[in-house]
Amino acid sequence: QVTNEAKTEGKSELIPSIKFRHCCLLRNQRCITAYLYDRLLRIRALRWEYGSVLPTTIRFHMCAEEVEWFNQYKKSLASYMRSLGGEEGLDITQDMKPPKSLYIEVRCLKDHGEFEIDDGTVILLKKNSQHFLPRWKCEQLIRQGVLEHVIS
Amino acid sequence: MDTRSYMPVPPGVGTEENVFSLDDILLSQERLPCRTESVFPGLGFVDKSSDSRHIPEGTKMEIPLWLAKGLYERKRRVISVELPRVYREGWRTVFGADANVVDLHTMGPYYYGLGSQMLHFDSPENSEIAQCVLQTFIGRFRRTMDSSQNAYNEDTSVLVEKLDCLERALFRAGQSGLNAFQLWEKGLASHLTASSLVTNYRKRKLADLQA
Repeated sequence: QVTNEAKTEGKSELIPSIKFRHCCLLRNQRCITAYLYDRLLRIRALRWEYGSVLPTTIRFHMCAEEVEWFNQYKKSLASYMRSLGGEEGLDITQDMKPPKSLYIEVRCLKDHGEFEIDDGTVILLKKNSQHFLPRWKCEQLIRQGVLEHVIS
Repeated sequence: MDTRSYMPVPPGVGTEENVFSLDDILLSQERLPCRTESVFPGLGFVDKSSDSRHIPEGTKMEIPLWLAKGLYERKRRVISVELPRVYREGWRTVFGADANVVDLHTMGPYYYGLGSQMLHFDSPENSEIAQCVLQTFIGRFRRTMDSSQNAYNEDTSVLVEKLDCLERALFRAGQSGLNAFQLWEKGLASHLTASSLVTNYRKRKLADLQA
């Protein structure tokens, strides 16, 4: 549009400089949007890598819009998962690696307090304690670095 | 970041760039020798060696690819782009003789990417450039693939130092495939691990404590 104005007013020798500046503006815009988009891709990966509650250190580095985006993404993912597999839905963020057994041996890497399993028993997760627990209860804690999967 | 969940925008294929690809943004930062075919009034400050207010016609400058692509027009009113050395006749014969010998990392780390982008500038040598880039890739691919599939648990810096960015990406893909296969062979495919985010954060904290 500015180029057309330059043409009509007879200042067409300015056009190369106008193009130059325009290229620079587009370049800045491209770099900024690519950066912001890459941040979103990483935030999305966090939902899969870490879980639906982000550690405070990470949330501290996110702007309000990104936190909002994460919450919306969580909601979309949750409603999608509910729509699969009949009545209860299917948690596709579980069993990311093919499971070999129902129960696994885990070692506690840090104190995590009390932990209730499905039959009502309460386990105390104290640092360095080892337990034989159902795989599906442990998966998220292993991902978050609280437990360690022990292979004998 | 664990590569399974984080899927960055890949670089574009051939002459098209992907706007959001960080690799393409870095690629388009590479500088090309150019010559201005018209005056650029008021932009004299860009050329640090000259004192004038304008960039006169016929100035030789090195400008980044993104600017060259933006300014270039087929009618050639604005700038003309010269071929960088690597894509000229001399080097083309070297590649034709033996592509494996060349250190593509020092010859501009984006040899294939930049070569594909150069085709935008309507050089009369375009078909030769395209052929050369293609044949070079074909000539070198086997060695890259071979080394990436056979280097397990060792220092790969020697294998990788003469590869350009595209080849390095291929090498990494080969390595991750090899590592995944080895894990499976050892029966560790179902071994649950902490997310890479957590392990990296812990390493950083330890480094801070030790500092």
